[in-house]
Amino acid sequence: MSATATSANYSQPDSDNFLINSKGFLSWALTLDHKRIGLMYLIGVMSAFFVAGILALVIRAELMTPGKMFLTNQQYNQVFTLHGAIMVFLFIIPSVPAALGNFLVPIMLGAKDVAFPRLNLGSFYLWVTGAIFFLSAMLWTGLDTGWTFYTPYSTTTSGPVVAATMGVFILGFSSIFTGLNFIVTINTMRPPGMSWFKMPLFLWATYATSIIQVLATPVLGITVLLLAAERVLKIGIFDPQFNGDPVTYQHFFWFYSHPAVYIMILPGMGIISELMSVHSHKSIFGYRFIAYSSIAIALFGFLVWGHHMFTSGMANVTTIIFSALTFTVSIPSAIKVFNWLATMYKGTVQLNTPMCYSLSFIFLFTIGGLTGLWLGALSTDRPLHDTYFVVAHFHYVMVGGTLVGFLGGVFHWWPKMTGKMFSEFWGKISCLLIFIGFNATFLPQFVLGSRGMPRRYARYVEEFQELHQWSTYGAFLLGFGLFVALGVVIHSLMRGRKAPPNPWGGATLEWQCTSPPPYYNFLNPPAVNDPYDYLPLEYRDEERGWEYVRPEAPSVPTSEPEPAKS
Amino acid sequence: MSHDDAHGGHGDHDHLPFLAHHFDDPEQQFDSGKLGMWLFLVTEVLFFSGMFCAYALYRSLHPEVWTFASQFLNATLGAFNTGVLLFSSLSMAWGVRCAQLRQRTGLVISLAITLGCASMFLGVKAIEYTHKWELGLLPAGAYESQFLPGAHHAGLSSWLYVLSAVPALCVIGFGIWYGLAMVKKDKQTSEIAGPLLVTALCYFLGVFIGVAFESAEAGEHGGDHSVAAHATDDHSGDAHEDDGHTTDGGDDHDAATDEGHSDSGDHSSDEPDGEHSEDQASHGAPPGKLVSTEGDGPVVPGAPREAEIDQAGGAGLFFSIYYCMTGVHAIHILGGMVVLTWLLVRATKDHFNEEYFGPVDYVGLYWHLVDLIWIYLFPLLYLIT
Amino acid sequence: MSEHASTTTADNHSHGDGEHHGFSHPMPVWQLLAVFFALIFLTILTVYQATFDLGNFELVLSLFIATIKASLVILFFMHMIHDKPLNAIFFLSSFIFVALFLGFTLMDAHAYKDDIELKEIDSPRKVAVDVAEPVQ
Repeated sequence: MSATATSANYSQPDSDNFLINSKGFLSWALTLDHKRIGLMYLIGVMSAFFVAGILALVIRAELMTPGKMFLTNQQYNQVFTLHGAIMVFLFIIPSVPAALGNFLVPIMLGAKDVAFPRLNLGSFYLWVTGAIFFLSAMLWTGLDTGWTFYTPYSTTTSGPVVAATMGVFILGFSSIFTGLNFIVTINTMRPPGMSWFKMPLFLWATYATSIIQVLATPVLGITVLLLAAERVLKIGIFDPQFNGDPVTYQHFFWFYSHPAVYIMILPGMGIISELMSVHSHKSIFGYRFIAYSSIAIALFGFLVWGHHMFTSGMANVTTIIFSALTFTVSIPSAIKVFNWLATMYKGTVQLNTPMCYSLSFIFLFTIGGLTGLWLGALSTDRPLHDTYFVVAHFHYVMVGGTLVGFLGGVFHWWPKMTGKMFSEFWGKISCLLIFIGFNATFLPQFVLGSRGMPRRYARYVEEFQELHQWSTYGAFLLGFGLFVALGVVIHSLMRGRKAPPNPWGGATLEWQCTSPPPYYNFLNPPAVNDPYDYLPLEYRDEERGWEYVRPEAPSVPTSEPEPAKS
Repeated sequence: MSHDDAHGGHGDHDHLPFLAHHFDDPEQQFDSGKLGMWLFLVTEVLFFSGMFCAYALYRSLHPEVWTFASQFLNATLGAFNTGVLLFSSLSMAWGVRCAQLRQRTGLVISLAITLGCASMFLGVKAIEYTHKWELGLLPAGAYESQFLPGAHHAGLSSWLYVLSAVPALCVIGFGIWYGLAMVKKDKQTSEIAGPLLVTALCYFLGVFIGVAFESAEAGEHGGDHSVAAHATDDHSGDAHEDDGHTTDGGDDHDAATDEGHSDSGDHSSDEPDGEHSEDQASHGAPPGKLVSTEGDGPVVPGAPREAEIDQAGGAGLFFSIYYCMTGVHAIHILGGMVVLTWLLVRATKDHFNEEYFGPVDYVGLYWHLVDLIWIYLFPLLYLIT
Repeated sequence: MSEHASTTTADNHSHGDGEHHGFSHPMPVWQLLAVFFALIFLTILTVYQATFDLGNFELVLSLFIATIKASLVILFFMHMIHDKPLNAIFFLSSFIFVALFLGFTLMDAHAYKDDIELKEIDSPRKVAVDVAEPVQ
């Protein structure tokens, strides 16, 4: 059944491919096709990443010397605010869920589209509106509050706080609607035969992410709305000048922003779960544990926000509770890492570009996660809080985790999205450069932080200069590596060899349609198998990639259970 | 959100004009929409939770300030508005039923009533707001202590005219539209324009009722100067007896009896140019109870403790939270009115039936949630003793 | 309105949900009206109970009444009793997160509340009076 059904899906006419089935600007601008929306998001978030990345290099360049290089203190504040805010709100949060998720969620489900295509397009334009708002506000006069908008500084600074918070508000709704769409899609549009535990793990991760987006982002919405009201109407809820409580602002903010950390990392983990299994050609180890741990991370993520506020004036008893709860998150994270490692064991590991990225992910994320334990422990957080140690820690998670995972995902699904193969050699080079550059940038920062270098400072004492210079060289190497990666994908668009439907030997449903997929994804609902069963797949050649063959024995499960209703 | 899956299906679903192409059958489409709507309501609950958190925080920290400041809210108007919203919820639920049973006229009428109630709610709210703005009961940064010589009001009563400008324009516009439709004998257009005209008029009905209630209470207290004299000891009992008394009238939606009251004391919104004493007495019930009518000094002799509470700061926080909560709630009402209008237009086109009633159901869910939030806001803000 | 709807639907609601084809569950008119009057009654009750001074119990009682009202709206007007359990789980679980949010924030603020006290804010009118007084 599966062999015949899938080959039928391979033979779509090339003119149906979603990139070219209709032409003209409006056919993209008003498209309801989730794949086109995903690609538009991809271009959008990569542009945001480009801008914020340049800003990161500006920061690092300024920190080459202890004194002033070319930025005044005020300008430095504005640059790091802009870097952080763009990276968080415009790049990391929408990167995997909105760009890759939009493309993959319906195809992995064998569905034609997400549940609410118009809402999906609406979220994209909300993202664009929010981005314009946000960027123009910050570029116009410069925002200097840091991406966290802490009161009372944010209620007294002359920066454009209101416009920026409205941008955040709009971006929040973009994120909410994306998450809502995915939850509904995964709940109601799974094909017959795909029960919850036959879903690819990327969908589990997306589902967990979406739960956080739906539950946490509204609180950010009301927080920034109240902050805007604070500036305009002087309502005094967060403003000590009017008997408000700034620590409450931090509670409100981190109730969203800590779970948001898992919005950033969970989809990356989902990508790695796919990549590890596919490129090891071995069924994922501990499927249920990985699936449940995604949900567990999403839920535990709501219990630990106070660890951002240990030194902000929280009561002692609360700090102790939050510190203890923080350690619970490490359990599901560790479960994932162990399962990925066990997946590789005795697998046929192929060091393709995506696999190189996922190995980097495991290495970097583990460092990021373990240093997080130091910051979650009260005693060590007191001296380390607001030092470069924190900066290094969250960059290991956000860049080493999410960004590297995102790049791995982009390389993994690039043939599917564009129908072009990229250069394996240069892809691996880019991964190597990014890995070395990244570690050179942020490993010295752990040392800097533990020696007492505070974050967000434009000037520092001379004894820190050597480590700062290491960090800056590393940052430029990292930037160069990213440009190489960009070059690889652009080169593939122009010169790349045509991609087979299944270049890596994946068993999830997206590999059952042509590369790139037709605009309707599947003519007939595809046959649903175990997403991690690689036995019936066999490598033909470069032209044809991996194809389904029916092995003599053991047989492919062919039974089609009743439609699983949620 | 609800309309995302509304259009779009052509081609292979000819017999089901509103089935989107990516759904297998109407039930799947309905279930998806419904789950989506419930999730949206989840986000709404969490959205409001921020303000409830601020409320709980500051109330539990300063309970005496809350008790003091809450007296300035008119519980009668709050109760009346609760009744109005509950009635609109009834008509919305009825509308869903009509859509499920393919009763086109019933649906149009239900939606019209829902819209009208929403508009009346906003009218009453406009009176409440402008009255407080006049008295300087503003968010923390602009809050004016109630125990200072009150001659220099901000003169904000003109805000009522500002707030009423849009509804007034709507009355004129919808009136003309309705008239044209009637002249042209365009039944379908008149079925849209008529309810919208009524909706716009209901705003003014709400304003009228609001004025009537405010001044009825002001009249009662204005005549009864003894209340002000022993303010601290038993004013709370007094005030709430009055509240309970007038609420019965409000819940019956009996506007006629309220109009009777309004004639007796219709001077609350106009600023009299007399002395301070009369000025203060006329400023609506709760301040009338507190502020002595003859006191021109900074602190009222009869209410030293309340003056202390008032001047200790913090009372403005109550009004900050009051404005945030009710304001965001009112914005939700406005949003609801927009989607209800969209439903009204579709209802007149007879789009809804037993297979396709999703949009009505989803909007209904949203509308009930808005009602639900008010159910909590009313006792939490208006009924603190 | 009530006459209209009840006359046209009288025949329908007698056989209720069971025979109705499709997936809709139209609510019988008597249920709608009963819920509405219960809600109005509870509103009057909550206004009435506010006239008694019950101390801290008052807040509990008024929230209890509000919760009964909310449950009526959710169960009947929002059709939760006929709805899929999943929808109910999603919606009701949101309150767990609200409780979490409120719980931790309040707990913390109460733990350090002794370090904070209210301060007087110069209201605009007071400033005006202060300026005006020397003139008088």
